[in-house]
Amino acid sequence: MSLSSALEPVKPAYRKIAKRNYSVLPGFSLSLGYTLFYLCLIVILPISAVFIRASELSWPEFWEIVTAPRVMASYKLTFGASLAAAAINAVFGLMLAWALVRYTFPGKRVVDALIDLPFALPTAVAGIALTALYAQNGWIGQYLEGVFGIKVAYTPLGVLVALIFIGVPFVVRTVQPVLEDLETELEEAAASLGARRWQSFYYVVLPVLTPALLTGFALAFARAVGEYGSVIFIAGNMPMVSEITPLIIITKLEQFDYLGATAVAAVMLVVSFLLLLLINGLQAWTAKRTGRSR
Amino acid sequence: MSIEVRNINKKFGSFVALDNISLEFETGKLVALLGPSGCGKTTLLRIIAGLEQADSGDVVLDGQNSSTTHVRERQVGFVFQHYALFKHMTVFDNVAFGMRMKPRKERLPEPMISKKVHELLQLVQLDWLADRFPSQLSGGQRQRIALARALAVEPRVLLLDEPFGALDAKVRKELRRWLRKLHDELHITSIFVTHDQEEALEVADQVVLMDHGHVEQVGAPDEVYNRPATPFVYGFLGSVNAFHGRSEAGKLIIGDQHLTHEESTVQHGEDAYGFSRPHELQILPDIEDAVGVLATVVRVLSFGVNSRVELDGVGAVDGQHFEVELTPDQLEDIKQRIGLERGQFVRLLPSRLKLFSRDSAQQGIK
Repeated sequence: MSLSSALEPVKPAYRKIAKRNYSVLPGFSLSLGYTLFYLCLIVILPISAVFIRASELSWPEFWEIVTAPRVMASYKLTFGASLAAAAINAVFGLMLAWALVRYTFPGKRVVDALIDLPFALPTAVAGIALTALYAQNGWIGQYLEGVFGIKVAYTPLGVLVALIFIGVPFVVRTVQPVLEDLETELEEAAASLGARRWQSFYYVVLPVLTPALLTGFALAFARAVGEYGSVIFIAGNMPMVSEITPLIIITKLEQFDYLGATAVAAVMLVVSFLLLLLINGLQAWTAKRTGRSR
Repeated sequence: MSIEVRNINKKFGSFVALDNISLEFETGKLVALLGPSGCGKTTLLRIIAGLEQADSGDVVLDGQNSSTTHVRERQVGFVFQHYALFKHMTVFDNVAFGMRMKPRKERLPEPMISKKVHELLQLVQLDWLADRFPSQLSGGQRQRIALARALAVEPRVLLLDEPFGALDAKVRKELRRWLRKLHDELHITSIFVTHDQEEALEVADQVVLMDHGHVEQVGAPDEVYNRPATPFVYGFLGSVNAFHGRSEAGKLIIGDQHLTHEESTVQHGEDAYGFSRPHELQILPDIEDAVGVLATVVRVLSFGVNSRVELDGVGAVDGQHFEVELTPDQLEDIKQRIGLERGQFVRLLPSRLKLFSRDSAQQGIK
């Protein structure tokens, strides 16, 4: 007792403060500070530059540029084709992931590696390759057009094909790990309770996969909206028909119409952000509904 | 419903999981499949359920050959070791799952389903948890929900795969008793797999002991415990003191000493092992007698319900280790009469000795 009271005054003052806020995970303020700084520097600063630059336009000017018929048509194509591509990828990406996780077959590892190729390939290479395939005289294009009368290259359909190509890995790579962790016992339990195969997929497997599927969908969509390189080759870029919004921006830039370009870019940013917010909200809702967030 | 398996064989690659298994399970009984891990008990259960297919052999349910029937048509309730509850559904939806999956024509209207779910939840005493998600429940509660879910489809048999394996000791004991009680109420033919001999002996009407894909013995708990048919069963159901010697004229000869044993099929002059449980050994002070074996006291452990004396063999049984189990009163008594000091020489005499031939005994001692 006497010893400890004798020692008390020498105790450094900072110990008291440190003790109060003690946490097993140190460095909170440092990591949060760094996160915010990095986010500002890399993401928010350039984005806000777009809005600041766009605000140099008066409202009627801005409105005229962003609602021009040619620009409007490009929004429809870009967002429409992106959503469609992401939806198609959600379905077929799930099937790919399923096959890769559930079955063993020769060359499985090669297939697994191939999935990532659209990530790595320069998009222009993908565009040129796709155009060569689907053009009127291409390997696939000649039959599609000759036999079925379907034109792919230089049409909105071509845009869709390119966007599907670049979006494949997202859904596969987000669903795959979740599917791997899924216990087969769950499906066995469902079967022993009398569920048919489709019932156990629909009621037991799919709800578990939905959040991951939505994440993959959102990523594929976001990637497709911003895609430029692979699309411009196959799209043909006919105004009002197969012209995507990123191309409009580039065209405006090439004509030194910087303000016009930023105005369109600002609209794209806002729409993309709203759509992603919606998808994230949907994902949070499904997660909550399925009891995962608790 | 009765269950019968006939000549079941199952291999995983070159590993023989089940080697020509034939068994009958009577209607309304609670049977334990007991054995060490890798003995094939879970595989057998999964084959009965239809979750796995046998390489050859038949599963006969209620007199009908069901070998090719799909699991969903076999009407078996299966309970998994790790519960396999649907995490994205509430407890209520989990239990209702089986009833809701029925074809529309057979499906009960939703109010009826709801009524039945609540009845089942009351049966497992967890009605108050109906709106929770599985992640909010304890392990014991989850397993009871899993059981209620399996019972919801009115299965003809209940199959439980190590149902208490993932639970801690206290909950396990509690659930064990509860399962027995539940079975006494429902009388549904049930098979459960376990590697815990205490669990099997305490809960089951009948115990099937398995090892290396073979059935070693089938019988009531007291039967298999008191009259083990093979050295493996003897060794698996409790501690063993083994005496190695030669069988001669109804005696087991160990060097200069000898032991009397129960009737056995071991031939005269054959190498043999005598097995005795720790509580069947007597500690005696007179070391001159030729009956019994000699040993020195190593340690006396006197805590718990029973006290244990550990001894090391001397002379003909040099290098062997023996264990004697006594009640505290017996220990007190022996201490007063003999002393039981560390290093003291004593004579060990089995009051019961079961003899097995040398070859068959090797696996029991392991």
